[in-house]
Amino acid sequence: METSRKELPLARSMCWHCQSDIGGEYFCGQCVKVQPLSKDIDYFTCLGLPRKLNIDTVSLETKFYELSRAFHPDFYEGKSEMERAVSLANSSILNQAYRTLKDPIQRVEYLLRLEAGAAKDIPGKAPADLFETILEIQEHLEEFQAAKSQNDAASAARATDLLRNARKTLEAKRAALESRLAELFQIWDRLVEKGSLNQTHSAQKEQTLKEMRGLLSERTYVTNMLGNIAEALG
Amino acid sequence: MARIVGIDLGTTNSLVAYMKGKTPTVIAGPEGRTMVSSVVAYTPTGILVGDAAKEQLVHNPQHTVYSVKRFMGKGLTDVTQELQYFPFNLSEENGVIRIQIGDKKLTPPEISAMILKELKARAETFFGEEIRKAVITVPAYFNDSQRQATKDAGKIAGLDVARIVNEPTAASLAYGLQKRTQGTIAVYDLGGGTFDISILKLKGGIFEVLATNGNTHLGGDDFDRLLVDVIMREIKTRHGVSLDGRPELQQDIRVRAEQAKCRLSQKSQAIVNVPLPDGKGDYRRTFTRAEFETLVTDLVEKTLAPCRQAIKDAGLSATDVDEIVLVGGSTRIPLVQQRVQTLFGKMPHCELNPEEVVALGAAVQADILSGGIQDMLLLDVTPLTLGIETMGGVMSSLIRRNTTIPTSAKEMFTTFVDGQTSVDIHILQGERELAKDNRSLARFQLKIPPLPAGAPRVEVTFMIDANGILSVTARDVRTGEAQSIEVKPSYGLSDQEVERMIRDSFIFAQQDITERQRIEAMNEAESILKATEKALTRAKGLATSEEIAAIRQAVADLNSAMSGADHRAIRQAIEALDKASYGLAEKLMNSTLQGSLKGKKLSDVT
Repeated sequence: METSRKELPLARSMCWHCQSDIGGEYFCGQCVKVQPLSKDIDYFTCLGLPRKLNIDTVSLETKFYELSRAFHPDFYEGKSEMERAVSLANSSILNQAYRTLKDPIQRVEYLLRLEAGAAKDIPGKAPADLFETILEIQEHLEEFQAAKSQNDAASAARATDLLRNARKTLEAKRAALESRLAELFQIWDRLVEKGSLNQTHSAQKEQTLKEMRGLLSERTYVTNMLGNIAEALG
Repeated sequence: MARIVGIDLGTTNSLVAYMKGKTPTVIAGPEGRTMVSSVVAYTPTGILVGDAAKEQLVHNPQHTVYSVKRFMGKGLTDVTQELQYFPFNLSEENGVIRIQIGDKKLTPPEISAMILKELKARAETFFGEEIRKAVITVPAYFNDSQRQATKDAGKIAGLDVARIVNEPTAASLAYGLQKRTQGTIAVYDLGGGTFDISILKLKGGIFEVLATNGNTHLGGDDFDRLLVDVIMREIKTRHGVSLDGRPELQQDIRVRAEQAKCRLSQKSQAIVNVPLPDGKGDYRRTFTRAEFETLVTDLVEKTLAPCRQAIKDAGLSATDVDEIVLVGGSTRIPLVQQRVQTLFGKMPHCELNPEEVVALGAAVQADILSGGIQDMLLLDVTPLTLGIETMGGVMSSLIRRNTTIPTSAKEMFTTFVDGQTSVDIHILQGERELAKDNRSLARFQLKIPPLPAGAPRVEVTFMIDANGILSVTARDVRTGEAQSIEVKPSYGLSDQEVERMIRDSFIFAQQDITERQRIEAMNEAESILKATEKALTRAKGLATSEEIAAIRQAVADLNSAMSGADHRAIRQAIEALDKASYGLAEKLMNSTLQGSLKGKKLSDVT
């Protein structure tokens, strides 16, 4: 690893090089020098998108490629140290923005962080309607481990069958959660399109965010559970 | 902008390439060979690199280093398996392996630097100008320490490393440039010591790496070893010859095993013949391709799991891959090609020379960096997850594998005790859950102003640049001031050590160049003297006595120039001899070849 790095100029409304007004552009209109993206820029703005949840992934990719051509360090090799530092920082933000928005789950998690100040990782929560099933699955997992460590083939085979069934139940639950999430994506996008600022409207937005957060929380739990089963079954 | 060359620094062979107009081209050496063997021999009369060094392997194994790439960025405990095959005393100082050669202890970056210098010199001879900048390739699955060690090697060789590029992605650049391919490609790169698989999406000049995987300890060397093991065992049982303490014989067997392996890619069988010492006769053995395939099948299988993982990480299935490109000398093995074809359900491409394509790609990347090619852009990823050690020895990940680079992650640190003035941070790389199972990259101490517990808020930024190399900065959130951090790399040279090695190499550099030029001039002089001698015996009736006298005078002048150290004087004498013998050369040629070729030198016609 490297031990030192150039400090970056802070993003301002003035060009860091020639001090002319840049008005939020990526390149200075006067001296054409690349400008640092604001550290607080949100990923939607970075990629020129409204804060909606249904995204045309083809145009997202096109925009990402276009901005990569603008910022990537490959095109700054012979430039000043400052321009190289800006290119590195901007590319880094751009890459994270694209990675986050490309994936629908990461996208909605990120939106929750932006809109509702949610924590970076939404903790998993067991879906209430599956409570008993989940307790059973945990038992099956323990039985399976015990059978394996005692070389009890018959019990292991029985536990395996039970776990395979459990997997189907959990996969169905995850699909249901995701399909409701997709509905909420639509609802959210319509609310964004309306764009009014009255109380009912913002209450609806808040309600939608809350429900999405709950769904994500349950989805995380189910996914972890599926992971445990996959690991046990090999 | 200064010229940038592309270098493939391989485990067994290395190459240097440049852009000839719009075509990447490998620079050949004086004998027309494009590859330089990655072997360095430390002889009493000087350091040899390449084929000359390879010859020393058998005569002088204790001073001749091969496959040094396997030791780059490694500690001693990482290479215990290698030791039985490696006739050197190894030690470790400050997390870096030292290889004992004679009375010197050398680090892998210093030895790699000798190979880089050879390539640099080759390029300098070709261009007639000094080369200071290079793109150097590394296996995609190289970790931070291994990348840094490669960069250090470049510095020691006097090269500013403009970019570290992953070998499979470099190959994709060369391939994409030539084929103008669009779609999803898989690059399967099985070299001398490492294996990589990369899945890329090619669209409108953008080369986006979707996923990469590999094994930095799997390659042609391992195939050789399996043959070597068989041969050694049979020599012991059949001939009663023990190979312990006979590094010369071991090297001889290794070289012959490698040759047999290469022949088995062309033919269905190959004979290995090893002359034994102490009048024990010869070991002679025929290996069939089928037998070889049985030996290596497990190794070939070992490459398939990383392929499957990479396909999965890319969010694809094997059949989604449109084209498969084979890279690395080991992909010439028919069994490898078969297994790859079965996995992807498609014939892999092998029309580009698998041994040159990485260097060609490095030249393409060098051209992009110089502002030449502007419509191609490579978006690569970091191969391994980066994280820090948290409570209970668990790794908490900050940047996931296959994240497009450059990228960064931020982490906030605070204190647990009133007045605490530092926090220790341990940086790791790898996919395992526990810190101890992953690669330790560095430890550092974050200095914190003394405050009540929990009050300080220090934000640490981990940045992975386009080379895949990590840097760390820290900032006090309250004051906005940068915080000092002292990073201690776990497996790497300190900046001071690299500085010293650069200075050492600089002091020797001038001497090296002069010596090199003298040796080259001497070699040329010797061959022209031999040719002249031969020509003079056949000169009767073709040259006048004046001509012959002039030639003899030029020979005497050259001989006296050769006793001096000035390479320019030798060159001048060579030219004078060429001029004096020009007439004779032409007549000789007409009489012997009956041809019409003109302007030949004596050395060409005798």
